[in-house]
Amino acid sequence: MALTIASREVDGVTVLDLSGRITLGEGSVQLREAIRDLIGKGSKNILLNLGDVSYIDSSGLGELVSAFTTSKNQGANLKLLGLTKKVKDVLQLTKLYTVFDIYDDEASAIASYK
Amino acid sequence: MSESTAGRQTLHFRSTMESVAEIESIAEKMATQAGFDEDETFHITMAVREAAVNAVLHGNEYDPDKQVTAGFEDTGTDLVFTICDQGKGVDPDSLPDPLAAENLLRGTGRGIFLIRSFMDEVHFRQLHPGTELTLIKHRHKAGEPA
Repeated sequence: MALTIASREVDGVTVLDLSGRITLGEGSVQLREAIRDLIGKGSKNILLNLGDVSYIDSSGLGELVSAFTTSKNQGANLKLLGLTKKVKDVLQLTKLYTVFDIYDDEASAIASYK
Repeated sequence: MSESTAGRQTLHFRSTMESVAEIESIAEKMATQAGFDEDETFHITMAVREAAVNAVLHGNEYDPDKQVTAGFEDTGTDLVFTICDQGKGVDPDSLPDPLAAENLLRGTGRGIFLIRSFMDEVHFRQLHPGTELTLIKHRHKAGEPA
């Protein structure tokens, strides 16, 4: 299942609802373009909702890292929401869990930007 | 094109992402049929996928004249996957540690680490040209915890 990305605004935070797989040749490019668009439009608060991401590979992990560093370099703040067990396990294994600001519930995540 | 010997199937693939998906799908089916649980099946499938991506992307560099050869075997005690490319070869000991602080924010370099983390044995063999990667996952004995 390819990645689908839907965007919505909540209290000044752009939430990207991701659904599907973030892998080489499928979701990676879409995610990169979505982040680039948001940064280009001046979004400063970006929350990636990964609650419906069923699978991520090493390329997808790399894309998350790139999204994080690109956002940071452009003065934006990118955080993660609602990791599935599979994604959480891989982030922990690769120590990327320590890099990202990660939330289990959306209200807490949105509040963290204030 | 495929070759089968007792319990082992060898398939030849083009250097495309569609081939990666096919190899991944076969590995997932084998892991499920072997009785691995959902988490273990995910780990096995991911490791085989990473190996296939490396073969297509880094080994053969999508070269249409180069093939990826994949072997699938259930020995009864192990699942054994071999992924071969026809590229320049890779020295696994030269790969940077993706967990090192200076590498954490790199966009690449986690594939082999994930393979080693998820499989019980991982062996590299240089084919001159190419690399053969063998991934082994031990099957659980009855009553043995995962």
